[in-house]
Formats: sequence, structure tokens, C-alpha cells
Amino acid sequence: MLKIRNLESGYGKIKALKHVSMHVDSGEIVTIIGANGAGKTTLLATIAGLVKARAGEIVFRGQNLCALSAEKIPALGCVMVPEGRQVFATMSVEDNLILGAHVLQKEGRQVIEELLDHQYALFPVLRDRKEQLAGTLSGGEQQMLAMGRALMSRPKLVMMDEPSTGLAPLIVKEIFQIIVRLRDEGNTVLLVEQNARAALAIADRGYVLETGKVILQGPADDLLNNHDVQRAYLGREKINEK
Amino acid sequence: MKRLLAILPLLGVVVLVQLLATWTGTQFYLTQMTMAAYYSLLIIGLCVLMGYAGQISLGHAGFFAIGGYLSAALTTLNLVPHRAEWLVRFLNGCGLLAAGTDLYGGKILVVLPWAAAILAVLTAAGVAVLIGIPVLKLKGHYLAMATLGFGIIIYRLVLATSWFGQADGISGVPPFVLLPGLTVSGNVSGRVQNYYIAWGVLVFGLFLLLNLMNSRIGRALRAIHGSEEAADAMGVNISRFKLQTFVLSAVFAAIAGVLLTHFNGGIGPSEAGVMKSVRYVAIVAVGGMANLWGALVMGVLLNFLSLRGVFGSYDDAVFGLILILIMLFAPDGILSLVSRKKRQVPLPEAPQDEEA
Repeated sequence: MLKIRNLESGYGKIKALKHVSMHVDSGEIVTIIGANGAGKTTLLATIAGLVKARAGEIVFRGQNLCALSAEKIPALGCVMVPEGRQVFATMSVEDNLILGAHVLQKEGRQVIEELLDHQYALFPVLRDRKEQLAGTLSGGEQQMLAMGRALMSRPKLVMMDEPSTGLAPLIVKEIFQIIVRLRDEGNTVLLVEQNARAALAIADRGYVLETGKVILQGPADDLLNNHDVQRAYLGREKINEK
Repeated sequence: MKRLLAILPLLGVVVLVQLLATWTGTQFYLTQMTMAAYYSLLIIGLCVLMGYAGQISLGHAGFFAIGGYLSAALTTLNLVPHRAEWLVRFLNGCGLLAAGTDLYGGKILVVLPWAAAILAVLTAAGVAVLIGIPVLKLKGHYLAMATLGFGIIIYRLVLATSWFGQADGISGVPPFVLLPGLTVSGNVSGRVQNYYIAWGVLVFGLFLLLNLMNSRIGRALRAIHGSEEAADAMGVNISRFKLQTFVLSAVFAAIAGVLLTHFNGGIGPSEAGVMKSVRYVAIVAVGGMANLWGALVMGVLLNFLSLRGVFGSYDDAVFGLILILIMLFAPDGILSLVSRKKRQVPLPEAPQDEEA
């Protein structure tokens, strides 16, 4: 579904991504883990067109995304849930969701209603709060809203940037369960996380990013049990030493 | 339909004001109400640009002036000496010219108000596109400075061009026959009629914008205002929406300029002045930025008071002061002070407290 070859990207003089190659197949959860500043967010932003690629290619369902500006990409079915939610605080919950279907302008009112119902079924709390301003929601509810908003465009691939940021562990668990449910319903998810353990626990495959390079990749279970990954990102060895 | 119903009370007030003025023999108030309505047309257009799309413009008096000055110049410029030129013959052949008389009773040939108005509004829209494409890439005070520069350019152009009457402006602008029996002019006999024309145009404009803001376009604009990056990631074409809104508000300003110029029978360079642009921005701020009703109410009220001369020679100073006070004490508009208790928004819970 998504193939990235030799991607280079960055800001000004800083090269944030160096020769990154990866792929995402239909129906799987792929996670990208790595420390702060490893280039995880830059990778997603480059796929979404918010940061321009300097070299390499990003092929999404047969189309090269590098040549497209950011606002054209959601229409192709590749949509991002940005870091820190970025819900539209002064708009109601329902308006936020309807805005998510912005790219479906040719569809009628009924399609939008069906999509709304679907999101409300997935996130019942949003139905209870649909008239409320999005800025008054709790962090977890905002994350759900951001996810629902992305799903309103009927995406083929959902990219999530640090959905666990700033949320209580219980809420993180709930959000991750919803991500698994999305996969089980046939969606494809590209998940960027600092919370490596939680991400690898639900993912099918994973990539480890370090200073802009992919240093490890493989099935999520293998990465969970990988000695280097454990030491660097999971902190398990310390626990074992005790 | 709901929005249509919300406008009905406004129409009631409009009629009530006219009836009261007529009964109490104070119809002269209607003249200022008419002028205030035209200024408010510009202001609700600017409100969409500032409040909804989040883009400031300190150059909207420029678009007003483009509309007013072009229609004034075209409808007063005597084409008799140029009769033989192909353009004049072509316009005459299209039926776009009309014979008239100048201030001294001489026979003249001028462009029909309709044709002049359409050309003026189209020019304003075209200028808005040309200015908007480079300028709307800027944000915040850079955008304010750039649009201010545009306003100053228009003001100096008007002052320097003899065709625009330089410091004297243009007078003797003929009445504008909108439809048979419906004429925009400053004749005392047509005072009530003009009051209704102005308010009809204003209410229609308000209805149009209210509908627009509740559509897919309005949602996209509010999203851009909220977070440009997130809107971008949602597939909203930001630059196109910003430009369209800029052009739309310029068109509102130009239409206001055209109609007010025909109503006043002339236009002067003060209409293009920078302080006018500041005043419009101040009124949108007083109205509550993203509040079309607030912009309309404050636009009519403050312009009416200003036109009645309530602020005397301190007119511009008052609007400057209003802007400062609003920014300091009521950044959500003056109406928010009244409804502050009702609207108090609960703070988002801290993430740690979450249970659900």
C-alpha cells in the first residue's frame, strides 16, 4: 500500500531522515519507534506532504506523493492524526468530524451522516458531546476526536503521530485497543510512538528509527524480544538486573 | 430556514426604525442609517475575512475606494470629446453609454451606472486576486503591514490622479437606477426608498454570509483559523480558501463603495484613507471578530454615531481608542461582556483526572 524508498528529508541544514526505506501492507499495523529526535514525526510529516522530501520516493497505491502538496494527499486516502491532537478548539465536536470529510465533497449528506454514525459507534463519548466545543474535551476525548476526524475521510491508510502523548495510562490502553479494532475492521495503520512497548504489543511489524536512519526492522514480536531494542527503548534489562 | 427566521426580527427593526423616524418627523436620521448600512456591508465582509478565516486586512478602504472611485469617474467623465474613438463608439454601440447633463447644464455622454458598477466591482476583485496571491502567504503583523501598504498606495494614487479629482474627489455622480422605480440617489424625496435599498442589500449580504459560514466553506475557514497545519492535513486547500475569502470581502467593500458613492453623489479621498481601514478593523473587533451579527450591529451603531458627528473632530481618535480598549478588556467583542457569565467555558480536564 505504501512504499518508501531512500527517502531524505529535513529542515534547513538539518537532515532529519537519511535513506529511509520501508513499506506498509494493506491491513496491518506498522509502528515506527525511536527516541526523541530520531525523525519519526518528520517521516510522517513528509508522507503527509507537510515537509517536502529532498530525495527518494513515497509511493502510495501506485502514486508518488512527493510531487503533491499537502492538501491533495488526504483525497487519495492517506490521512494523518497529528501529534498533540490539533482538534479545532473553537468548533463543535460534530463540526470537527464533518470537516474530516472535507475531501468527500461530492458525496451527499447521507454519506456524511453514515460516516458520523460510524464514528459515534466507535467513540460513543463523542456522540454525548457532539454539540460541545472541541477545546473543552479532555485529552483522551480529543485524541478520539482527532482519530474520528481522520476516519471521516474514509482513508485507506491512517497515520497516527504519538497518540499516547499526555494521556493517562488507562486512556492510552483504550486508545490502543481502538487502533487494534480499526485494523480488525480492515484499516491500515502507520503508528509512530515513543511508547515503544505499547506500540510493539499491538503492531504487526515495526521499524526502529535512530538519528534519521532505520536501524532495525521486523515483526513486532521479534523486536519486542530483541536485546538491543529492549535495552535502548524498553528498559527491560534494568528490571532484569534487579 | 432557521437562519431565514433569525433575520426576520432584523427586518422588523429596520421597518420599525423607518416608521418611527417618519412619525416623529425625524426622517433625516434615515440618511445616516442608509450610509451606515453601506459601511456595514463592507464590515460584514471584512468580518468573514478576519473573524472566520483569521486574516487581517488594513487595506479594505482601498477596495471601497476602487469601487467608489471607478464608478464615480466612469459615470461623470464626459466622453463627448472622445466620441470618434473606437472604444467610445463600441461602448455606445453596446448601449452602455447614456446622455446626461453636467453641473452647468451642458450635454455630456457618460458610462451607464450599471456598466460602471460592474466594471468597478470586477476591478476590485481582480486587484484583490493580484494583491492576495503574494500577500496572503504572510501571517499576523506581516500581513497587516502588507495590506496597510496596499491601502496607502490606493490612497496616494487617488490623491495624485487628476482623473480622480485629486484632493477634491469626484462630485456630480448621477443617480443609479437599479430597477425601474428603484434608484440609488441622495434626493430627499427618495430618502425612505434609499433606506430600504441599503438595508435590503445589507440584509441580503448578511444572509448570504451566514449561509456561507454554516456550509462546508465556513467550516474549512474556521479550521484554517484554528490550525493551518491541521486543516492542511485534513485536505483543506488553505491558500485557495484564503484567497477566495479575501476576494469575497473585497467585492463586498467595492459594492458598498459603488452604492454609497451614488447615494452621496460623490466621493473624496478620505474614503480611501488608512484611518478608514483602521476603523473597519476596530468595528469588526468590537463586534467580536467571528460574529457576523456583532459586526453588523456595531457597524451600524458606530458608523451612525460617527456620521451624526457625535465624536466631533475626535472621530478617528475615538476609533483608535475603541480598538485599544477592546483589545485590552474585551478581545472577544463588546457583546461578550454582556454574555460572559453564560458563555464561561469549563477548562479542559487535566489528563490525569480522566476516568473514561
